[in-house]
Amino acid sequence: MSGIKLKQLEQWLQQVDGFDEGGGKVDLEQYTTPPHLAACFLHSVRHHLEGKMVADLGCGPGVLSVGAAILGCHYCLGFEIDADALDVYRRNLDEFEISNCDAIQCDVIGGIPSRFDKCFDTVVMNPPFGTRQSGADVKFVEAGLRLARSHLYSLHKTSTRKHITSLANAMPGVSVKVVAELRYNLPHTYKFHKRDSVDINVDLVRFSYE
Amino acid sequence: MKLLTHNFLTSRCLKGVNVGYPLKIVLGHVGELPQALIEDYESNEDFLKKVHHVLLEVDVINGELVCPESGRKFPITSGIPNMLLNEDEV
Repeated sequence: MSGIKLKQLEQWLQQVDGFDEGGGKVDLEQYTTPPHLAACFLHSVRHHLEGKMVADLGCGPGVLSVGAAILGCHYCLGFEIDADALDVYRRNLDEFEISNCDAIQCDVIGGIPSRFDKCFDTVVMNPPFGTRQSGADVKFVEAGLRLARSHLYSLHKTSTRKHITSLANAMPGVSVKVVAELRYNLPHTYKFHKRDSVDINVDLVRFSYE
Repeated sequence: MKLLTHNFLTSRCLKGVNVGYPLKIVLGHVGELPQALIEDYESNEDFLKKVHHVLLEVDVINGELVCPESGRKFPITSGIPNMLLNEDEV
């Protein structure tokens, strides 16, 4: 179904449930990926999803997994540490009647069994940006590159672009490119947020093996 | 949990476990497949359909995965295996 229009994909993804009310966990930097952002992300990488083995790291309620399935991936596996988020993930799969996605509960940082290495054509993720747990974004990238055979697509704050690209450039055989600049409209989620919503500039970064 | 997913899971990250594969699934057995790999497994459509069914259509909803060496159990709830480890296990 990679012939699907961006707008249509976004409409589908609006029906994906996010984190349960009051269930977002600040230590895990749980922020629901807005449907518009998820749709732009997935639609621009659809040729690397259709007919592919896909992994979704820190999948949360699963908007990227559902989108990957809509775009015709063969199989998508979500990795997530939080049981509450996985309940919603499962619910979303049931509601969309998606049968080629699965999830396992494990810690993306250091907890993914090595048998998964290089088992996925494409890895997608909206990782923690590392604002609460310093370095979490980098550890997610490292995990993604372990699992991916060809491409890892990941969202990062534009303000960390230099850091992320220089890190990837230091890895042998990995090339890195910012493929899109997007806007993350972040609604008021946690008590320490002062404004109703805030726009954050994010990069869709592609890491690929040459 | 699809059996395709199960194919990837190990308990090797546990302290003292060397291989940790395959994890035993505690529930009824899924039969149908021949005991030994048939010769024309790449082209035999009937066989491939059965494999596809077992890997991608059979869904384990509740049960346990058991480490073949240590006996450590990993619960499967609502189709999702919990592979989280305690700090003293790694």
